[in-house]
Amino acid sequence: MDTISAAWQLIATHDAALLAIIFLSLKVSLTAVCIAALLGAPLGAALAVWNFPGRRLAVIVTTTFMALPPVVVGLCVYLLLSRAGPLGDFGLLYTPFAMIIAQTLLVLPILTALTREAVLPLHREYHAMLVSMDAGRWLTLRTLLWDARFGVITAILAGFGRGIAEVGAVLMVGGNINGLTRVMTTTIALETSKGNLAIALALGIILIGIAFIINALMHSVATFGRRYQVAA
Amino acid sequence: MVSFDAVTYLIGPNLLLGPLNMAIQGTGVTTILGANGAGKSLLLKLCHGLIAPSTGLVLWDGIATLPSRGQRGFMFQQTPIMRRSVAANVEFPLLTRAIPRRERAKLVAAALDSAGLGDKATLPAAALSGGERQRMALARAMVVRPQVLLLDEPSASLDPQSTATLETMIREAAQSGVGVLLATHDWSQAQRLAGEVVLLENGLVAAHENAVNFFTAERMAARC
Repeated sequence: MDTISAAWQLIATHDAALLAIIFLSLKVSLTAVCIAALLGAPLGAALAVWNFPGRRLAVIVTTTFMALPPVVVGLCVYLLLSRAGPLGDFGLLYTPFAMIIAQTLLVLPILTALTREAVLPLHREYHAMLVSMDAGRWLTLRTLLWDARFGVITAILAGFGRGIAEVGAVLMVGGNINGLTRVMTTTIALETSKGNLAIALALGIILIGIAFIINALMHSVATFGRRYQVAA
Repeated sequence: MVSFDAVTYLIGPNLLLGPLNMAIQGTGVTTILGANGAGKSLLLKLCHGLIAPSTGLVLWDGIATLPSRGQRGFMFQQTPIMRRSVAANVEFPLLTRAIPRRERAKLVAAALDSAGLGDKATLPAAALSGGERQRMALARAMVVRPQVLLLDEPSASLDPQSTATLETMIREAAQSGVGVLLATHDWSQAQRLAGEVVLLENGLVAAHENAVNFFTAERMAARC
């Protein structure tokens, strides 16, 4: 009980160290999900709409990578950014930038695959109409992305949920450096191992709160989107 | 005028349409009349260039279907309702052309007014009734000011009142100089609207006549 009340105390007093960790977590995950959305949404739509050699393989790879273990992503980014790696000269390892790269790679397949899933049925429905109106490739892509917007937003929120909750990748490429790369999940793991359960629990409560907010937003988006759904 | 020169359409070894040799004047309303499966939709799709004939040529005033497609509006039997507002649905075909935003807004407002949907412009299109959706789809086909409208069973699932409203829109379009090709299985609708009738049976033209000559008392009696 002491631990729980101490955790609430940390949250209620807006503990500065806690706030810095939360802020960095949000910064890393929001940036990663924004980059992943800018890349993944058009990519997902293209996979649904355009015919090109290797599309089937690209779909399978994307779906496979949805279940990428974060530690594998962490390892790949580590190899890329470590001193001996191809991007080692930039000195990015153990910086928030490296964490953003790792989370972007983790979230990108999820966003791409879920966007494709959202766009695919619309493409089937609209295809003949779009051809009849001479809509070009890019207008077709933009149109389907826009009309699948509620599904795409849900995909973005799901990607954010995945990013903010993962620990393996950011731990490996961020290094969990106090005041620099320490985020909520890595702090929870570290502080629990050190026996500082109050701060771990406080961050756990906040993570659950964020997960709740994400789910509430997804639910709201789905409810709002239903206004535009055409009954079969 | 659309001409068919030895046109056939096959899927695999199955001949679904043709051979067709005919010319449709394309002024006023021409109905493509026939039972389900007679080939009406295929004929309209061939006219618009959505599908290519297996053999033969379809020409609009001597021009192939694809280059002249922008001059036509097409309304599908199962017309897609885009996940956006009524106005945005009607505006969409204009996005395929370089038309300034202000001009687009004027054209959309005029098309919505003519469809009696001016007060529903900002609603999600999915909120419209079946009849309103078909009127919106017709407005969407007409907003580009086409020379020809191709309508595939536009009132197939509508009640009599909605059908009458849609038919008024079709009649007004034809009176304004737009050629209308209307595929329907409904003889009474064809009789109400048509100036020219093409009767399709099993993929072949069974009759192609002026409506006055086509809807004879004997023919109508034979149907009853």
